[in-house]
Amino acid sequence: MSSRWWIVGLCLALVVAFLSPLASPDPDGLERVAEDHGFISRAQEPWYTLIPDYLFPGIRNEAVATIIAGVVGVIVVFVLTYGLAKAIAKRRPTGERQT
Amino acid sequence: MHIPDGFISVGTAVVTYAGSAGAIAYSVRRTNKELHERQVPLMGVMAAFIFAAQMINFKVAGGTSGHLLGGALAAILLGPWAGTLILTAVLAVQALVFQDGGLIALGANILNMAVIGVWSAYAIYELLRRALPGDKGRWLAGFISAWASVVLASLACALELAISGTSPLAVAVPAMGLVHMLIGVGEGLITTAVLAFIAATRKDLLALRTQNAGGEG
Repeated sequence: MSSRWWIVGLCLALVVAFLSPLASPDPDGLERVAEDHGFISRAQEPWYTLIPDYLFPGIRNEAVATIIAGVVGVIVVFVLTYGLAKAIAKRRPTGERQT
Repeated sequence: MHIPDGFISVGTAVVTYAGSAGAIAYSVRRTNKELHERQVPLMGVMAAFIFAAQMINFKVAGGTSGHLLGGALAAILLGPWAGTLILTAVLAVQALVFQDGGLIALGANILNMAVIGVWSAYAIYELLRRALPGDKGRWLAGFISAWASVVLASLACALELAISGTSPLAVAVPAMGLVHMLIGVGEGLITTAVLAFIAATRKDLLALRTQNAGGEG
């Protein structure tokens, strides 16, 4: 297996992040149900905000703010999951690793 | 269907945190036994792709949108245990960095989407694949398992809302179920499209999981 294929995969994820400004702004399934059935007001504000609403703070252009938020998220999620998977695979006794 | 804080009670939060913690611990153990080193980058790529795809809300009916959950996709490509860890990582980053889904509700969101969504998709996909061999069977089983996983996750969410006293069961179950039957069609289409894309470009990835599990399937 080529060692570079996952870079292509990561680039595909970044391409999807660049498409994120095209997303529908409509409420999602749970939000719709909460609005229709009168419990949306129960939603609490978050304890703190870093990149709320998938808009990178301090950027006026909404599409750009969304894309940067997406790119940051893709990188954070990739690094976290890669690290986690690597750590989990490493704890295995070496004898169990075959081809 | 990321639940914000305020929708579920403290009791529901504690129980769902405990349930997902147990499921994650078990998934770590199984992944430790079964994960092939070659799958490590694929896990990272899969998680990154699912995160990005979850940002793309698509319109369904009546001013409502939905987005991919990705549980079926992760389960089909990497198995249920790695799939749970992938979705957990995505949900944790969404809650901690993007304030999408509450911190108190994170246990419930993991239970619904990373455990119930992933494991149900895997079980349904594997059962259907026995009856539906070949590439056509793969697409059909992928579509149905992806659709069902979204509906089942939404029903779990409805149950949690009802137990928490947020919405009566007789209201929450049909309301959540119906809208997610529509959103699930999108999940099925995207899952099938990605599987077809992988089959066309990197068919070996589709066989990776079964090879590692000892060649069954």
